[in-house]
Order: sequence, then structure tokens, then C-alpha cells
Amino acid sequence: MSHAAIADKRPSSLRGASLPKWTPWAIAAGSVALGLGISAAAGLDSKIQWALMAGVLFVVGTYAIAARVEGRRQAKDRVATSFVWVAFLLAVIPLLSLVWATVQRGLKVLDVYFLTHSMGVVADFEAGGGIYHAIIGSLEQVGLATLIGAPIGVLTAIYLVEYGRGNLARAVTFFVDVMTGIPSIVAGLFILSLMLMWDMQPFGFAGSLALAILMMPVVVRSTEEMLKLVPNELREASLALGVPKWRTILKVVLPTSIGGITTGIMLAIARIAGETAPVLLLVFGNPFINNNPFEGAQASLPLFIYQQYSQSAGSTAAYDRAWAASLTLIAFVMILNLAARGIARWKAPR
Amino acid sequence: MDISTQKTDEAPPPTTLPTPTEQKRAARGATRPGDRIFLGLSRGSGILLLAVMAAIAIFLTYRASLAISKDEANFLTTFEWNTSLVPPKFGIAVLAFGTVVSSVIAMVIAVPIAVAIALFLTHYAPRRLSGPIAYVIDLLAAVPSIVYGLWGALILVPHMDGLFGWLNDYLGWTGVFSWEEGAPRSMLTVGILLAIMILPIITNVSREVFRQVPRMHEEAALALGATRWEVVRMSVLPFGRSGVISASMLGLGRALGETMAVATVLSPDFDIHASLLNPGGGTFAQNIASKFNEANEFGRDALIASGLVLFVITLLVNGAARWIISRRKEYSGANA
Repeated sequence: MSHAAIADKRPSSLRGASLPKWTPWAIAAGSVALGLGISAAAGLDSKIQWALMAGVLFVVGTYAIAARVEGRRQAKDRVATSFVWVAFLLAVIPLLSLVWATVQRGLKVLDVYFLTHSMGVVADFEAGGGIYHAIIGSLEQVGLATLIGAPIGVLTAIYLVEYGRGNLARAVTFFVDVMTGIPSIVAGLFILSLMLMWDMQPFGFAGSLALAILMMPVVVRSTEEMLKLVPNELREASLALGVPKWRTILKVVLPTSIGGITTGIMLAIARIAGETAPVLLLVFGNPFINNNPFEGAQASLPLFIYQQYSQSAGSTAAYDRAWAASLTLIAFVMILNLAARGIARWKAPR
Repeated sequence: MDISTQKTDEAPPPTTLPTPTEQKRAARGATRPGDRIFLGLSRGSGILLLAVMAAIAIFLTYRASLAISKDEANFLTTFEWNTSLVPPKFGIAVLAFGTVVSSVIAMVIAVPIAVAIALFLTHYAPRRLSGPIAYVIDLLAAVPSIVYGLWGALILVPHMDGLFGWLNDYLGWTGVFSWEEGAPRSMLTVGILLAIMILPIITNVSREVFRQVPRMHEEAALALGATRWEVVRMSVLPFGRSGVISASMLGLGRALGETMAVATVLSPDFDIHASLLNPGGGTFAQNIASKFNEANEFGRDALIASGLVLFVITLLVNGAARWIISRRKEYSGANA
């Protein structure tokens, strides 16, 4: 960008011949037209073949024309540029499709009735019913997981930043890193093995424990980053006034970084709210409303989506409910994300 | 609280600034009760984390050993999963194969595209665009995997027909891309879906690395008359190589352990197929999710045994990724 601007001001005699700015567009239009023409003439009927033909023509055309006018190196540069752009556009297509499908199909049955009724008297293949029981289950499980995971995560981060020296701190740092990579289903299996030991039936809190395991390392990481941003001068000033270290941490360090810490916790909540695998193993799912997370199977939003998809044998009504529940879940996660970023900006140390 | 502050008041006030050794001592040993409690709490949390990791390894190993000791077949090489048979026969050969194949497909597709997107964001996109796009990619990393799974099963699978037919027509002779029958709920579809899912994390970490390429390197290359691609190839990619490798391994860790997206898309069986297009096969996580409901206690122990293998594999992959990152302290992919 900058070098192009500088280059433009130089006398033109120092530069090689260059193609006008509209060249890529012209080549693109030409190759699409030619690609369509050849495909139609050859009787190819797949859209993918047409696009592929046009793409190949574009790359070859760009290289040939640029190599002729500007030289081989510039030609390579142009091909690389177009590859980077194509990669970006290629990635955007499925992501747009995902958002579009969820919104369009989810809105079909998403209404107040859907949000306030359970599946208690509705068979999976019938229309009607709702996700109230799943929302209750999700909120309780995620809430309990946060109550366990967030304090432990924050305290561990405080230990690492404020106290951490030596082997223990190094071990904790390493295993927190490793722990972020634990597949969610393994965390579920761990709690499951405990439940098998004591012969317990599925209940909501078991899911919370697995979710807490998944949440802790994320919270530790983000809190650690935030605590490291607190200027050392603040700590030193407080300690110099004779304030004990623990009060310095509570009254100076934490308030300074509270915005970032909250953001990290909210992002972690958003992440565990969508976890299905541990909930599938530990909470089991339940079409009825169960407000008690400590006894009996519960539902949860991600689990509801999976069961509506897998247990309904292709019923449209169930798919519609699955999409609507997906939309609700995505909305919840996105709102948490946006709110978290809002807090980060609002509370950012200035 | 009051007692502790009073006690400190009685102590002679320090007349000089604490020397580094004194600071160190203050950081290490706490003297006040409040300090001691707080240090205990925070150190206890750290130890608890370690204990949880240890407990995961111990309990999984214990339950797994219960199952494997009764397994009549070779746990590593058997092509079936019959835990309710007497005697039970089950093995992870198919699962290991499927997990590796689907993850490799995902990596082959996702890594070049993710690196290209990261380059796009740092070196090609107009400044005004790159901020919002990076933000959107951050949000996409937050989309729950079950939603990707639902989308994959109901939208992506029907759209794969055309591609599969085309691959079968032109590359079917290789055997790897032959397609005989059935809906395209195969390893290739799973791999493509996993690629879409791990794209954001690889992009995010690579972008962080590319952003830290010293400006001087790039300007030096530009001053020598390099084109933008030559700048990327000669200064950006060499600098970011280890970062890209570790980003890819983080993505690989995600792909290996992904459960719901595979469970919804794949139509599994217990066989190894040469063709990536024909439905069948399975992965560790998918097998656990699909077999769990009908499994009795012994069946669950067997699933835990397969989960232990997955745990060890992801541990190795993630450990390697972190090790590569930690060799270069300037950036850490952990917060992505």
C-alpha cells in the first residue's frame, strides 16, 4: 500500500510498464464470459465446473497478460494477490451460508410460545412444543459451572502473576496451556468415570462440573493477560504505603483490570454454553421441565439441538425446532460476546 | 483484617525502597495472616488445576484398564466394537484411522486458506476492511460446534452431491475418490466441515504472528524492489513459520477432538474404507457420542478407554504446539 503510493510519485521512467488499475476486473469479466461460453459449448452442466473453468482462465489469463507487459515477477505477485482474495472469498461463503440458514430457518417457529413451553407432551416428530426446559437447564448448568470455574480460574491467574515463581508456577502454566486443548468429550468422560464409581444417575450438576473443567483454563489465560497489563507502578505505590499484598491485589490490581477479567469470563461462558458432548454424557436430556440441577436428568440447549436432529428420523417439525434452538443459542452466545467486548472497551484502563 | 494491619503498624517502617532481593522475598513468603490466607487460596487453586489434570489421567486410565482387561480382541488392531458380546471384542483401529484421516483432510484444506486469510488481513486488505473482518472471524470462532453440525448435516451434505459426482467422474479411478452409493455423509464431508470449523482459530493465531513481523524486514525488502508477494515470501512467511505451525497444531487439536459436528454428519460403520467419498468409518469422539446411549456400564468403560487414547493424542499435539510457541516468547496463541 505505502510503497505503491510512493512509487506513484516517482518519475515514470524509473518504473517498468504497468497494467492499468482496471485490468484485474477486465480479466475477471473476460474469463467468466469465456468460461461460461466454453462450458456451455462443451455441455458441462455443473455450476462448480463453470466456476472452476472461469477460475482457471482467470489465473492463466492474469499470469500471461501480466508476464507479457510487466514481467514474470509482477505476474507472480498478481497471481498471489488473486489467490489470497479467492481464499478469503472462499471462506466467507460457508460462513455466510451458516448464518443465513440459521436465521432464515430458525425464525420459522421461534416465538414466545416456543420460548415458554417444554417438549413434555409433544413427541419428537410432532409440531409444537418449545425449549423452555432446555433454556432452564442451560442457564442452571452454565451458571453453576461459572460459579465453580470463574473463581478458581481468577485465583489461579492471580497466583501465576502475583506470586508465581519456581516449578509449581511453571507446571501450572504448562498444564493450563495443555488443558485448553482437552476435547470437551474427554472432560465429560472424566466426570462420567467418577459417576460410574459411585453408581450415579445423570443430573445437571455433573454437566456443570465438566463445563467448569473446560472453563477454568480459558479464564486463567485471559485473566493472566489482563493482570499482566496492570502497571507495576500501581502495585509498588500501594505496597510503599504499607498496604499488605493481599489488599493491594484486591483493592488496586483487581479493580484496575476488572473490565478485562469480566470480558474473559463472559467469553468463557459463551464458549461452554455451546458445548454438547459433556452434557450428552452427563445430563442425558429430558423433555420435561426439571428445575433441580442436583437431581434427575435435565435438558440443555445444545443437547436439545442434537436430539431434535438425531432422534426425530427426519421430521420437518423437529428440524425446525432444532434450527430455532440454534438461533436462540447463537443469539445468546453472540450477545455475550458483544457485551463482553463492550465491557472491555468501556472499562478499558485509560 | 484489623489485627493484621495493626501488627504491620507496629513493625518498624521501611526506610529505604525494597531491594530486588527483598521484593523477591516479599513475593515469595507472606508474613501477615491475610497474606497467608490469600496466598493459600490462590496457590490452592493452581494446585487444584494440576490435581484435576492428574485426576483426569488417573480415572480415565483406571476405568479404561477395567475394560481393556476383559477385551478378548486386540484393543489396537481390531475392526469391531461389540461390547455387549460375551466375551466382548472391541478395538480402536477404525476410530484411529478415521480420526487421523478426517483431521488430515481438515488441515490440508484449512491451513493454506487460513494462512491466506491471515495474509489478506495483515498485508492485502484495505485497512478499513481488515478490522471488521477480523472481528467477524473472532465471532465465528464462538459459534457452537453443534450449530456447525446441524448446518453440515442439513445444508452442506446435500450440496456435496455435485462435488462428489464430479470427483468420482474425473478422479474415481484413483480409488480414493470413487463414490458408489449413498448420501455423501463421508470422511471427506466431515473433513470439509472440520476445516470450516478450525479456520477461525488458525487464522487468528497466524494473524497475530504476521502482525509482529518487524516492519524493517518488510521495508528492507520493498526498498530492494520486491513485489508484495516477494515481501510476503521472503520476510513475512519465514518469520511467521513457527507461529503458523503451532496455530495449525492448535487447529489440529480441535479437529481431533471435535464430537458433535462429526456425529451429526457422518454415517458411521466399523470398517476402513479406501475411498474418502463413500460413507463409513468413525472417529473417537463421534463413536463415544453415538454409542453412549445404548452402552451398559462395561460399554461405557470401553468408550472411556477409547477416550483415553484421544486424550493422549490431543495432549501430545497440544503440548507440541505450546512448546513451539514457547520457544518464541514474543507471541502466545493461547489467548486466541
